[in-house]
Amino acid sequence: MDLTLHVWRQKGPQDIGKLETYKANGVSPDQSFLEMLDEVNDDLIKAGKDPIAFDHDCREGICGMCSQVINGRPHGHQERTTVCQLHMREFNDGDEIFIEPWRARAFPILKDLIVDRTALDVVMQAGGYTSCHTGGVADGNALLIGKPVADYAMDAAECIGCGACVAACPNSSAMLFTSAKVAQLAVLPQGKPEARRRVRAMADAILSEGFGNCTNHYECEAACPKGISVKFIAKLNREYLKSLIPSSMD
Amino acid sequence: MNLLTSTVGRKILMAVTGLCLILFVTVHLIGNLSVFAGPDSINAYAKALHDLGPLVWLFRLAMVALFAVHITFGLQLYLENKAATPDPYAIQKTLVTSFSAKTMIFTGLIILLFLLYHLLHFTVQVTNPSISAVNNLDAIGRPDVYSMMVLSFQKVFISLIYIVAMGALLLHLAHGISSWVQTLGWSTGPSQDKVISIGKILAIVYGVAYIAIPLLILARIVN
Repeated sequence: MDLTLHVWRQKGPQDIGKLETYKANGVSPDQSFLEMLDEVNDDLIKAGKDPIAFDHDCREGICGMCSQVINGRPHGHQERTTVCQLHMREFNDGDEIFIEPWRARAFPILKDLIVDRTALDVVMQAGGYTSCHTGGVADGNALLIGKPVADYAMDAAECIGCGACVAACPNSSAMLFTSAKVAQLAVLPQGKPEARRRVRAMADAILSEGFGNCTNHYECEAACPKGISVKFIAKLNREYLKSLIPSSMD
Repeated sequence: MNLLTSTVGRKILMAVTGLCLILFVTVHLIGNLSVFAGPDSINAYAKALHDLGPLVWLFRLAMVALFAVHITFGLQLYLENKAATPDPYAIQKTLVTSFSAKTMIFTGLIILLFLLYHLLHFTVQVTNPSISAVNNLDAIGRPDVYSMMVLSFQKVFISLIYIVAMGALLLHLAHGISSWVQTLGWSTGPSQDKVISIGKILAIVYGVAYIAIPLLILARIVN
């Protein structure tokens, strides 16, 4: 199939970017979106031009590196799919495709489609440590965790930290990302002792890193390639309320 | 204090003050609907409220505090969120959010402007002194609130202000009602969609009931 691509090109963080148009001809429906871009880049390199810079790593949907807004939707229109797992069979011959980087003040554009997502790491670091016993290897099943709790924590832990929630949020808030981390650690014995401190520190880091506030649009949940639910944001709010109750632990 | 600066703390304050304001809007609506039961009903209701004396002022102070917190943080969050959001995408798409959620700041400001007019109109009664209830008493000497309402809403311009403002209130509540459930952490995954739907239905009930008062008077169905 033949496609017309409108791709965001920006030389560096301080430069002004703009959309440029490229033709992608003879695209196979079995190619992934990134493979399609690889071929466009091959042509650009052969023509002596600067290839389109984009982030990617595992190409199997688990690393959270590929960060492209395709036709106004982070990771494209296919639900629960990262860009690398989006295949060209989802598009039609003759389609025009707009490809842009994540847009949020907290994610400065480094080049073309690559943004700096360090801010998410800073939010994560603000959460601090989880205490655990050191010494010899723990006995299996010494620490019992109920199945519903394990499932709940696992659902939250599915977050790959790609930042699609921020890209989709009208306020550029990182609340869904933060809530997944807070919820996962708040229900497990390995994270509970620090839950009070963690929720406050991570929530504060959202603002200090330049993300916006959550106003319950729920666009994040719709865009998340891992289907992280906004119920974790409600959980974060509960954890925050709990942290307001004075405790002898503080 | 962390509550006043934190992103979650301020969200919770927005939800708590919002919830209190929803309760006020509910009680106010029930009281207002007594206009449909005739002059005796609403005049008696108005007199009973005024006879509470110092309690009225206590209540007014609490309302001012609620509004001040809700408006201050609402504006603050709006400005911060604007600052966090750069230029829009070439193709801007939203999937699940609503018109009401995207326009909270604007419907909120419309309600604030309306509130100022509403207080001058029906509480201080300076906009239309000739028909004010304090100057015109009913047959048994109570301020004639019923006549003031009917004569006011027979004027197209006044009715229009109220109808537009109540439309804004409907939109504000369409996002606000379900939003506090989420913000106070009461919502769970499966209940989410139901909470959003119930919030929208309730907002329509509030909006239609409030709009009915000026509309039915304007149409001379109540006079």
